[in-house]
Amino acid sequence: MLSSSPSAQVFAGATDLVPQIRGGYPTPDVLVDLKKIDQLVSLANDADKWTVGAATPTVRLTEDQAFSQEFPGLSEAAGLIGSDQIQSRSSLGGNLCNGSPAADSVPAMVVNGVRALVAGPKGSRVIDVADVVTGPGEISLASDEFIVEFEIDRMPTRTADAYLRMIPRTEMDIAVVGVGARIGLSDDGTIAEALVVLGAVAPTAVRVNGAEDALIGSTADDDTLAVVAAAASEACNPIDDKRGTIAYREQVAGVLAKRAVRIAMERAEQRNGDV
Amino acid sequence: MTRTHITTVINGDEVDFLAEDSTSLLDALRDEVGLTGAKEGCGTGDCGACSVLMDDRVTCSCLVFAPEADGATILTVEGLADSGELHPLQQCFLEGAALQCGICTPGFLIAAKALLEKNPDPTETEIRYGLAGNLCRCTGYDKIVRAVQEAAIQMREQ
Repeated sequence: MLSSSPSAQVFAGATDLVPQIRGGYPTPDVLVDLKKIDQLVSLANDADKWTVGAATPTVRLTEDQAFSQEFPGLSEAAGLIGSDQIQSRSSLGGNLCNGSPAADSVPAMVVNGVRALVAGPKGSRVIDVADVVTGPGEISLASDEFIVEFEIDRMPTRTADAYLRMIPRTEMDIAVVGVGARIGLSDDGTIAEALVVLGAVAPTAVRVNGAEDALIGSTADDDTLAVVAAAASEACNPIDDKRGTIAYREQVAGVLAKRAVRIAMERAEQRNGDV
Repeated sequence: MTRTHITTVINGDEVDFLAEDSTSLLDALRDEVGLTGAKEGCGTGDCGACSVLMDDRVTCSCLVFAPEADGATILTVEGLADSGELHPLQQCFLEGAALQCGICTPGFLIAAKALLEKNPDPTETEIRYGLAGNLCRCTGYDKIVRAVQEAAIQMREQ
């Protein structure tokens, strides 16, 4: 069906699609509702991984206690997408494929190494979420491909994630800065795994390699966190708009990166037992 | 464009209607079904005036294509009162003057119902966050929050 018309498009919750149509973007001739396919609205886990349907409403993630305890950062990010009304419809697949640099769930998915199962006329393939968005509103999927589901490896012990975002209001706004962090601890309490990913400060979500390198082997002491903050500010390539100037976004990215790492670290310390 | 036959349960009654595929559920409710309680404010999912419960989840009906509602159970503000007796939320909004122009009220009532079903004893902060998807340009929200608090007390006592 997607190959039948150049403007054919899939949708999940349509929370971005309808405003785009209303805002003057051309209406696709063919719209395919992915929610009618059971696999696309699933939420399940086995011993190795969670699978989340690409169109599964994000409220199902925030309501699922097991998921939210295992991936508090990803659950929090999903819970920041719009209002309760929006979260009844919004999905990880839609949040990702809309291609917004400010999508809240994307940094939280990237720090967790989430993979996307992509289906198309030539069969299916698995790609990293980090490789989907190529620029504002641009994605690497062909127009006749769509994401079926996301695969998330089970969270190891002594490892945890966090997501923080800054908006000018308290709710219902688009991120000025978003930061996802994931920290894994070794037996001696030093950091063995570190991922820091920024959203809303560059054309796509960006990994902060300088922060990750500084954190590995450390205990996230003040000196290391100062390096994390500086690296996060340095990694920004933001726009200047009414929500935040470039200087503001750079500074806030550093502050939020430190806080997100601290939260992930505290959570990792508490995750000693079974997953 | 062809019209699709859509079968739903709305406010407890089975309702069939025809709608074009690109019609919103909000427009279908108002123009085809004749339920004009849900209002169009922004048409983009920001204001919540069009809120309905769709399969028990609070949703902006302006963001739903009418054919998506096929097989769904929908509650609009018209379904809140029971046999002519106002729902506690409606009664508390009236008594607490939690409305002025009234355009946002149906959406607030539906969103508040969804909130109290999920959390029967919310704090003021939880109410404010829970209703963040509903905009009111008249009241300044305080009276709405207090009406929801009062209704929550009454509903817990029932």
